[in-house]
Amino acid sequence: MSAVWVSVVVVGLATIAIKAAGPLLLARRTPPPRAQAALEHLAPALLAALVVTQALGGDNGGFTVDARLAGLAAAAAALVLRAPLLGVITAAAVTAALVRLVG
Amino acid sequence: MRRPADFQARGPGRTTYLDGVRAAAPIGVAALAFGVSFGVLARAAGMGRVAPVVMSVTTFAGSAQFAAASILGAGGGLVTAIVAAVLLNLRYGPIGLSAATTLKGPWWRRALTSQLIVDESWAIAQREDGRLDRHLLVGAGLLLLVCWTTGTAIGTFAGDLVADPESLGLDAAFPALFLALLWPQVRERSRLLAAIGGAAIALALMPFTGPGIPIVVASLACLVGARKQP
Repeated sequence: MSAVWVSVVVVGLATIAIKAAGPLLLARRTPPPRAQAALEHLAPALLAALVVTQALGGDNGGFTVDARLAGLAAAAAALVLRAPLLGVITAAAVTAALVRLVG
Repeated sequence: MRRPADFQARGPGRTTYLDGVRAAAPIGVAALAFGVSFGVLARAAGMGRVAPVVMSVTTFAGSAQFAAASILGAGGGLVTAIVAAVLLNLRYGPIGLSAATTLKGPWWRRALTSQLIVDESWAIAQREDGRLDRHLLVGAGLLLLVCWTTGTAIGTFAGDLVADPESLGLDAAFPALFLALLWPQVRERSRLLAAIGGAAIALALMPFTGPGIPIVVASLACLVGARKQP
């Protein structure tokens, strides 16, 4: 098997296992109340970390400040103005595209 | 396009798979364009035409696939490529945990449904009570899987038909999506604390660790929820 296929199979199997682990391990088990409360706070913690890494992450780690940050600011402004999800995403993309066009 | 908050207003369990498809449509456009980019990059990296498409169906995680293809293409070695991709996907451990109590049915069905979890489908499926909506998760996940895989196939077989997604600002669509779905959650003080903690941990670690690790460690910020007595 070529290196390419080895990587496709190994990364694929590892990812499938990682994604399935939580739903299989917590099967039919109701976690104790405090653990359940912590689980319900995973989403905001992870979403905030995704915002930061997707807006500022560089290709090889570290920070890269570029048009994505202007797009994120536009998204925040759209949210303050109570725009729907499509409006928020469009505001971010259009702003980032314009910044790149000008910059 | 309706906001996720509009689904929540109808109460849990009242959504359909089609609601998930609709909610994911805008980000599906970005997934399609980046799928083409991945296909083009993977082909140039010597992965051929079929392997990248198989990878998009089975791995179904953009950042890990880009990392693996870039490293293979640069001659960085098989082990390096695999380790980098798996590290990037470790975040699906905590993400899967947060989805665990939502998925129902026999073990094989939960395992199969969990494969539709990607950052974006999981984000779209958020309910304000901190749990997930299974219908939104499945609908959004299926649409994104189709967009991502179709894009990859276009990229490997037809080449760069789509303009550079970054020149269209589509890379800015992803943080905007996550911010929009975080927004309604942080009205509650303890969730706001978890969000601030998660962002702070990610920011603090990004300069020092490889990509992937900051998000995994940021999940520890969920422990602020355990302090609150139910």
